[in-house]
Amino acid sequence: MADAPPMFEARDLSRHFDVSRPLLQRMVAREGRRTLRAVDGISFDIPKGRTLSLVGESGCGKSTVARLAVGLYTPTAGSVRFDGRDLGAARASADQRRRMQMIFQDPYASLNPRWRVKHIVAEPIRAFGLVTTKAQEEARVAELLTQVGLSPLDGDKFPHEFSGGQRQRISIARALSSNPEFLVCDEPTSALDVSVQAQILNLMKELQQRLGLTFLFISHNLAVVRQVSDRIGVMYLGRLAELAPAESLFRRPRHPYTRALMEAIPDLDMTGRERIPVGGEVPSPITPPSGCAFHPRCPLANDRCKRERPEMKPAGDAMVACHAVEEGRDDAMPMPAIVRDAA
Amino acid sequence: MSNAAPLLEVRNLRVEFPTRRGTLVALDDVSFSIAPGEVLGVVGESGAGKSMTGAAIIGLLEPPGRIARGEILLNGKRIDNLRYEQMRRIRGKEIGAIFQDPLTTLNPLYTVGQQLTETMTTHLPINPAEARRRAIEWLELVGIPAAAQRIDSYPHEFSGGMRQRVVIALALCAEPRLIVADEPTTALDVSIQAQVIALLKTLAREKGTAMMLVTHDMGVIAETADRVAVMYAGRIAEIGPVREVVKHANHPYSAGLMASIPPLDRRVERLAQIDGAMPRLSAIPRGCAYNPRCPKVFSRCADERPDLMDAGTTRAACWLYASEVPHG
Repeated sequence: MADAPPMFEARDLSRHFDVSRPLLQRMVAREGRRTLRAVDGISFDIPKGRTLSLVGESGCGKSTVARLAVGLYTPTAGSVRFDGRDLGAARASADQRRRMQMIFQDPYASLNPRWRVKHIVAEPIRAFGLVTTKAQEEARVAELLTQVGLSPLDGDKFPHEFSGGQRQRISIARALSSNPEFLVCDEPTSALDVSVQAQILNLMKELQQRLGLTFLFISHNLAVVRQVSDRIGVMYLGRLAELAPAESLFRRPRHPYTRALMEAIPDLDMTGRERIPVGGEVPSPITPPSGCAFHPRCPLANDRCKRERPEMKPAGDAMVACHAVEEGRDDAMPMPAIVRDAA
Repeated sequence: MSNAAPLLEVRNLRVEFPTRRGTLVALDDVSFSIAPGEVLGVVGESGAGKSMTGAAIIGLLEPPGRIARGEILLNGKRIDNLRYEQMRRIRGKEIGAIFQDPLTTLNPLYTVGQQLTETMTTHLPINPAEARRRAIEWLELVGIPAAAQRIDSYPHEFSGGMRQRVVIALALCAEPRLIVADEPTTALDVSIQAQVIALLKTLAREKGTAMMLVTHDMGVIAETADRVAVMYAGRIAEIGPVREVVKHANHPYSAGLMASIPPLDRRVERLAQIDGAMPRLSAIPRGCAYNPRCPKVFSRCADERPDLMDAGTTRAACWLYASEVPHG
């Protein structure tokens, strides 16, 4: 795995947004510019055919990373490389754009309600000039609809005639229509019911195996992420807290935030064990806490955590940004119950 | 639990939506009860009728929806046929409501203190000064730091999690005996979700408040509910103690639904899935609504609609549990 060049590479990727008030108001209030550091220096890579997931709570910057990955945002600093070529330097070439596609969270908002499904699915095929005749296009659309578990006859319908799960299948068919190699999925099942979610996750796994796709998967749901990922990055306030192989993250979560997240998930087995919810809330990314952004909520925080921002350092097979882990103080925080139960 | 007189009783509730193309039946023959201090979870896919049931109970069905049959009793008195003004007095005082989106529940033009005191002075025999004192107490109780200062803040000055706490305080402050909570934690992050659930649970226990908790999040149900009703296509498919329904469901639909939840404690190659989709209200199959998707379907399911029947540990609307042998 380490030998093959990664399909996708993010290096010190940052994206900041200017959220200052208008100039006149700033002058009256005598305040400066305000910057929201949505993504603040994160690095990871995804080998071909693998899935890397980013998890975190709302506002942690995971969706911004998704948009940076496909070039919908340009990075403020750092770089995004796709198959060895830089995406940020110039506008991505048509060929690069064809090879990467995105699936969005809300299948009600991401499909044009006035287009027939066959038109929606055919648009990338036309835009990239992938077929030459109308008959070829129709055959390709029928093949794509079948591939995602719909009927070729569904092509004549409009999006409103479909349920949420079926609409997400249409989104997937559209994303696959340009024969991409890399798919960015931003919360693809969050708007769906759990029974439908299982259908879509199974479909995505099947397609990945069949077509050798590389996935960047964004989700807030750790259980979903465990089912689909090879590697998992846990994000907090625009930075990676921990990056680890999926199974090792669940066997031994190292960062206190990762542990807290796992502990916060309701227990379906009803073992009656006590859960300790993480106190407090995610701070505003406009005024992040000093030092380690998690320190106000962290049971292991000390003076150094308040002062000095931790960098990502190797810990076992993971990378962790935590002073407590680096200093070996992390044993003071118990492992989440799901980890203890599994052991 | 079963020997206490129920606080809420819903009997054979049927809600219809007259449309140009005919009448749609959104809820059909829904019956259940909630005892004082009990938490009933209501789960199901979107469109199954969970929120509709909650809306019918608090008398906020959106027109043209209407209760076509059945009755809703609170403390033995019918509340489904009350006039708007009478119902308005019951809402807030007897029944508190918590909705999914805290921003739409709170009035953006009033401070949270104004909204809390208004609710209390309307429903309780107290003066404004006393109401304000209690409002601060409620904000402290739901875990809002520096409540005495925050009471004069507007809803937009709170974060999502804090806002939902305010909504909970608002629903509880007139000390209702029943709370209808529709997806109270869905808009929140997991870490906040856990805090809010813990809070609701403690408050319900301490005050003896009964709660109908509508959600599609099975984890929340497992942690909070005493009993669970699983809804499918406008009917209750199964109802029973939470442990039985979540871990050993009898109805094939509830079993399929529980199996499709991705497990947190292990990785599976393929998730269990129920093929197909829930039917639309305009095209509910004959017989059992679940029969076209059911792995255990047999001849009777396509012809006759099953009512809830004894399935041992739970009650399930499924012919597998019919006590008499079907003729033929």
